[in-house]
Amino acid sequence: MPWPLAGPATIAVVFLLLPLAGLLVRAPWRDLPQLLMQPEVRSALRLSLFSATLATGLSLLAGVPLAWVLARSSRPGISLLRALVTLPLVLPPVVGGVALLMALGRRGLLGQWLYSWFGLSLPFTTAAVVIAETFVALPFLVVTVEGALRSSDRGLEEAAATLGSGPFATFRRVTLPLVAPSVIAGSVLCWARALGEFGATITFAGNFPGRTETMPIAVYLALESNPDAAIALSLVLLGVCVAALALLRDRWLTAGARL
Amino acid sequence: MTGTPETTGTAGRPGTTGLAARIVLHRDRFTLRAELAVQPGEVLAVLGPNGAGKTTLLRILAGLLAVTEGAVTVAGQVWDDAASDRFVPAVERSVGLVFQDYRLFPHLRVLDNVAFAGRARGLRRRTARARAMLVIDRLGLGDLADRRPAELSGGQAQRVALARALAAEPTMLLLDEPLAALDARTRLALRTELRRQLTGFAGPTVVVTHDPLEALVLADRILVLETGRIVQEGTPSEVARRPATEYVARLMGLNLYPGVLTDPGTGRVDLDDGGVLVAAGSGAAGPGDDSFRDGRPERPAAGSPVLVVLAPAAIMLHAGEPGPGSARNVWAGVVSGVELLTDRVRVAVSGMPGSPSALVDVTPAAVAALGLSAGQMVWLSAKATEVTAYPAPSAVPPTGPLPSRHPDSIA
Repeated sequence: MPWPLAGPATIAVVFLLLPLAGLLVRAPWRDLPQLLMQPEVRSALRLSLFSATLATGLSLLAGVPLAWVLARSSRPGISLLRALVTLPLVLPPVVGGVALLMALGRRGLLGQWLYSWFGLSLPFTTAAVVIAETFVALPFLVVTVEGALRSSDRGLEEAAATLGSGPFATFRRVTLPLVAPSVIAGSVLCWARALGEFGATITFAGNFPGRTETMPIAVYLALESNPDAAIALSLVLLGVCVAALALLRDRWLTAGARL
Repeated sequence: MTGTPETTGTAGRPGTTGLAARIVLHRDRFTLRAELAVQPGEVLAVLGPNGAGKTTLLRILAGLLAVTEGAVTVAGQVWDDAASDRFVPAVERSVGLVFQDYRLFPHLRVLDNVAFAGRARGLRRRTARARAMLVIDRLGLGDLADRRPAELSGGQAQRVALARALAAEPTMLLLDEPLAALDARTRLALRTELRRQLTGFAGPTVVVTHDPLEALVLADRILVLETGRIVQEGTPSEVARRPATEYVARLMGLNLYPGVLTDPGTGRVDLDDGGVLVAAGSGAAGPGDDSFRDGRPERPAAGSPVLVVLAPAAIMLHAGEPGPGSARNVWAGVVSGVELLTDRVRVAVSGMPGSPSALVDVTPAAVAALGLSAGQMVWLSAKATEVTAYPAPSAVPPTGPLPSRHPDSIA
């Protein structure tokens, strides 16, 4: 290997692995069980798992149909819609949180009506956590599933039509089963992204222990008061991400694999 | 869209039991024009080269494409009628379409592939499977019921695709190049089996193919499509013996020359591309030729355009000018190619200026004896009784005459 390539490559690997090594080396392994048994840690973990799973479920319900529309529609403006839909992928999460406040806050675009009609105030509730996570994670699912739908064999849908199968039945019986691997991959990605969500959540939902304080927020707050707990929580998140990666290994760890 | 279904002519008339279609489709720079009628139980082969519009025609019949003008009627139901803006999409048509690439659902077992139409119609899984199993057994595919499409050979996949189409109990059956994706041996075995299955089907059947043998074996009637137009229609023996165009003649392995009949008495034909042939044959008639059995059915008048057909096996090849003999057609040419067929050698001979080019079949021994090689000058002869002239088709395309004749080359 030529050294102008091998050298920087080595630096990149070290750069990526060094922080992980730091985390593992500095981890208070002996106190770990006790740290993780603390009620605030457990409630943060519980809230995180609950809200990330719910956000993934919501993303599946709305995201798969959206991916289908983006992949199948040939109307003008669909590419603009695609760009807008994927915007949260690149948008700083904090900006997303502010935007959510402006839309769903008590004086927001839609929020003011929710409040005056139903007395509903979303910010700083568990619902707000789920909304913030869905907002940030949904595009991951949409992009993954849309790609799969795009490259799926339209001929099979035609064949289904000639056999008397209506569009929705064909989607359910043919299209969806064929893109199922991508739906699963997209869901794992979406779930991992929701689990790690910080910026939009803390902006839109705040940090109320047991209600809106998710794992990443707990890590951030614990870093000042109780660094060992922060490291312990980080390890848990790291473990979850490694598990997610293992689930996706066929897609990501093979050369040339794409989302 | 002011017309009513009655104004669409005979092709769109409700009440026909089979398929009646008058199809005009404009797309980009391509125009497809075809009129076809297929009786229940009849198999029509649409034969044509790639790009002729065969698959487009099939997609129109299946309801995957709408006609620009014209109408499609099957079993008395109007499925497509441009004049009244009526279009029944594929989902609501009762059509069995066997795709060239089969398009079996890869995630379903063979049984569930065949049961798919039943499920789509709202049958319970158990009922749909039971009915599918009947079709599977009828086609002798029982052993394959639990396999996935990926575990099938090409021939098996073809059979399953047919079973899946038949299980929908369609009014009309459409097959797109049904055997094209198979290797030669499987194709041979499947061709006759497919013929049997098609014979058993009660509705009209349309088979699209570019393989003349497939058309000859499978079909009751052949329709030749070239660049979006019908150039010939007839029984397999008519098409095989009296090809209407260069393309059909080549498919059937015949030499075809357009010309003008100058002397009906002797059968002298002046060929458009130069040369003269004396035609006294009655069609490359053999046993089974029912349409032209009795000699010369309609002798064309002097000066009328004719097509002259001459089988490669009926031409004799000589190294030097043959002496006086019974052959009335003798001409010279230059060998331009030699190709070994299974049991004989096909020699391409370019005619000298003023004489026709031809494909000639000789034995391998003759090639060796004559020492044939490209560029060599040879003499060809053919008995007048082997040369058949028949009226050039003009009535076939409903949309105008064939532009196959060059007026200035007749002189």
